[in-house]
Amino acid sequence: MRFLLKSVHLVDPAAGRNGTFDLLVENSRIARIGRDLPAGDAAVVDLPSSFVVTPGLIDIHVHLREPGQEHKETVATGTASAVAGGFTAVACMPNTDPINDNVAVTELIVKRAAEAALARVYPIGAVSLGSKGAQLTEIGDLCKAGCVAITDDGRPVQTALLMRRALEYASMFKIPVIDHCEDPSLKGDGVMHEGPAASMLGLRGIPGVAESVMVERDISMAELTGGHFHVAHMSARQSLRAVRDGKQRGVHVTAEVAPHHFLLTDEAIVERGGYDTNFKMNPPLRSSDDRDAMLDGLRDGSIDVIATDHAPHHADEKALEFDRAPFGIVGLETCVSLCFDRLVHAGHISIVRLIELLAANPARVMNLPGGTLTEGGPADITILAPDAPVTVRASAFKSKGRNTPFDGWTLKGAVAATIVGGRAVYVNEGVLGRKTLTNP
Amino acid sequence: MAIVMDADRMARSITRIAHEIVERNRGAENLALIGVRARGVPIAARLAADIKAIANVDVPTGALDITLYRDDLMLHAVGPQPVIRRTEIGFSIDDRLILLVDDVLYTGRTTRAALDAIIDFGRPRAIQLVVLIDRGHRELPIKADYVGRNIPTSRQQSVQVRLQEIDGRDEVEVEG
Amino acid sequence: MTTVATSLRTRHLLGIEDLTAPEIDLVLQTASAMKEVGTRPIKKVPTLRGRTIINLFFEPSTRTRMSFELAEKRLSADTLGMTTSGSSVVKGETLADTARTIEAMSPDMIVIRHASSGAPHQLARISRASIINAGDGMHEHPTQGLLDAFTMLERKGRLAGLKVAIVGDLLHSRVFRSNALLLTKMGAEVRACGPATLMPFGMARLGIHTTSSIDEAVAGADVVMMLRVQHERMQGLFLPSMREYFNLFGLTVARLKHAAPDVIVMHPGPMNRGVEIDSEVADGPWSVILDQVANGVAVRMAVLYLLAGGEGGEP
Repeated sequence: MRFLLKSVHLVDPAAGRNGTFDLLVENSRIARIGRDLPAGDAAVVDLPSSFVVTPGLIDIHVHLREPGQEHKETVATGTASAVAGGFTAVACMPNTDPINDNVAVTELIVKRAAEAALARVYPIGAVSLGSKGAQLTEIGDLCKAGCVAITDDGRPVQTALLMRRALEYASMFKIPVIDHCEDPSLKGDGVMHEGPAASMLGLRGIPGVAESVMVERDISMAELTGGHFHVAHMSARQSLRAVRDGKQRGVHVTAEVAPHHFLLTDEAIVERGGYDTNFKMNPPLRSSDDRDAMLDGLRDGSIDVIATDHAPHHADEKALEFDRAPFGIVGLETCVSLCFDRLVHAGHISIVRLIELLAANPARVMNLPGGTLTEGGPADITILAPDAPVTVRASAFKSKGRNTPFDGWTLKGAVAATIVGGRAVYVNEGVLGRKTLTNP
Repeated sequence: MAIVMDADRMARSITRIAHEIVERNRGAENLALIGVRARGVPIAARLAADIKAIANVDVPTGALDITLYRDDLMLHAVGPQPVIRRTEIGFSIDDRLILLVDDVLYTGRTTRAALDAIIDFGRPRAIQLVVLIDRGHRELPIKADYVGRNIPTSRQQSVQVRLQEIDGRDEVEVEG
Repeated sequence: MTTVATSLRTRHLLGIEDLTAPEIDLVLQTASAMKEVGTRPIKKVPTLRGRTIINLFFEPSTRTRMSFELAEKRLSADTLGMTTSGSSVVKGETLADTARTIEAMSPDMIVIRHASSGAPHQLARISRASIINAGDGMHEHPTQGLLDAFTMLERKGRLAGLKVAIVGDLLHSRVFRSNALLLTKMGAEVRACGPATLMPFGMARLGIHTTSSIDEAVAGADVVMMLRVQHERMQGLFLPSMREYFNLFGLTVARLKHAAPDVIVMHPGPMNRGVEIDSEVADGPWSVILDQVANGVAVRMAVLYLLAGGEGGEP
């Protein structure tokens, strides 16, 4: 099967491309990238000139919930959600049940992903058995089975010593150690950001330093060991400051931020009639200073990646009282539109920078294939419609999870199609005609 | 719109009623006046003054807010809850003859509510009803014992009693 | 001088934060009329006859529950109480399911006390009844704020310009939040006093002066309100001991001498004698603590009456 994307606006920062190109796709690979390519027997695909074609987007922080929590999400529904959100690949977190601390669970995830045949799935293994912080997992085995990084996400890496050992050991396999940075004693039983909003709502708070204190610890460990430390879901301005300093000193530290942390603040919880658990996640929505700091970090390059921390929960679980409901919101199907509307159209960053954050850098940080389009490489392509109007409708999500704070938002910027290995696994028929991209 | 009672006429009516009260009850012993808020209260005060002048007796006087006893409170037609004012009955009503005073007698429902309220305060010997204006259209079997003036009205009309103490002038006006 | 409202806009009383100053005036004025009912030989009016009110208490409470029940009975309503220990909540039923079960019995009003801030708001989303917050987590206890204000108004004749010191574990106190919001809305000057570890955020933006010196808070105060300090605070590393707390923050007769000469002392109860307040003060002439209890019934009657109207307002 061959098709030719003709005269499309290609944005591929890793390859230094930002202009009009032709892309010839043959079976599952990119045959040629160039200009005025002969179509031959390839189906010619004409896209509106406003559309943008990019390397397949990659979300490196996603909870697929399988095995063990299939009522919240499965690999099948999670990857369907991913491709609907424009992502050709996701890296999934190990806090399943049982935890992905052994090869059997890793292989299960890989198998389910192959069965679903939608987005590529790169499992992330646990740092310690059961994520209990007592004993390292068999990281070598996990990597052989397909894990691309390790983390105890859901929980922090328990001690400085464990972080040190994990970094040293992981460096043998050239994988990063991702940490959900949070000092448990400072977090206590907090449920939202500590500040005037929590005070007025009568909810226990989590100060920003609960996160930054551990970011600083981990940067010291990375400096000591030379290993690669990646900050998961960064939210606090003090964390950003530490990451900037670390990078300046030459420490191998990278950081990701989720859209809600550069768009919303703790005041949002007060505004919506109060106590809406769709605004409850960990780390929590913080102050406007923290949100502004995240925007700064996206602009100046201190932040490497945008990752959603897609965390679906069943509606019954989120329907509990605010302090009893689980933390987490979904993000795969809102990320692209939010980023276009509130980052690119709002003038904070260019579209080139956006694709760096969503494709090139995720691949670089996690050493994943993709993130750029090369001749002979897999045809993982995302087609975007930067000007298409979108109204977020949680009830129409492909994910099982409906827990989003963005329901009803009107945004500009949509996913037109998602192509994995040359197959159009998602086509947005509202934006792209039905016949434009069909699989044989 | 018509003024059916002016200040002069009102004063004479109230004085006349005071005389009737003293006469019918053979003196002013063991009486008490209770005015129904809002405009029954100044009328009761004036009656007390007139009875004092006639019989040289100080008749205890109280004020009753019947809002909590109304039968139409929880119906949609009323809308938001009416504002309540304090009830002040600083004397025992047991074994007294209570003169219940109101400005206008219309359907009789206010009087029924007032009777319910008074019974909760004790056991009077008897209750007599004093009204300045009786405009007809009773919906309950209630009759006034003392009436300032009978004014037949239609349901569409409204009767406004204005008193110096509340409205700055004494008059009764029929509108519509 | 604020004007008095003629009705409440909301169907619920979830917090003082939802009331305007004129609406607060309306509640206090209505409470005054209701208080008189409690002085009659027959302490009952037929106003809420036929109305069903359910008291949902997920947290133990004797005085607030009794106060609400008495208020409801005095208004002739049919009342039903549910406390956690005797209900299916113990078996693990969620608030939402408990709410739906009760909703199926068509209550007109629900009074709820719950350990989670925001529980009344969740209930208001599920139920068609009018919801009254009898205390939710650390958030608000609006009827307590109202009865405290009523007590102050009775004794002092005004709220605007009053100097009110509130002392204790302010961080965890819903009584503090409700009082602070109400008093600042009505123009009183609030002095928030407590250990630095137990001081809530955002006081400056409410215009409230904070201090960890009880002498500073009490100096010239017209009202001193003492709040309960719980023993658990020692476990959370908030306080070293109750003994030190009393030394630094306990209200003694000596400390009270620096207040205004006609100062009144308040406490929402139950008191920890010898921890936040000396017995001599609690039982002394300055104390209006028992008045607060009596006023609680009148204020709650006023709230029930005003919310029970036919139309009400927007939900």
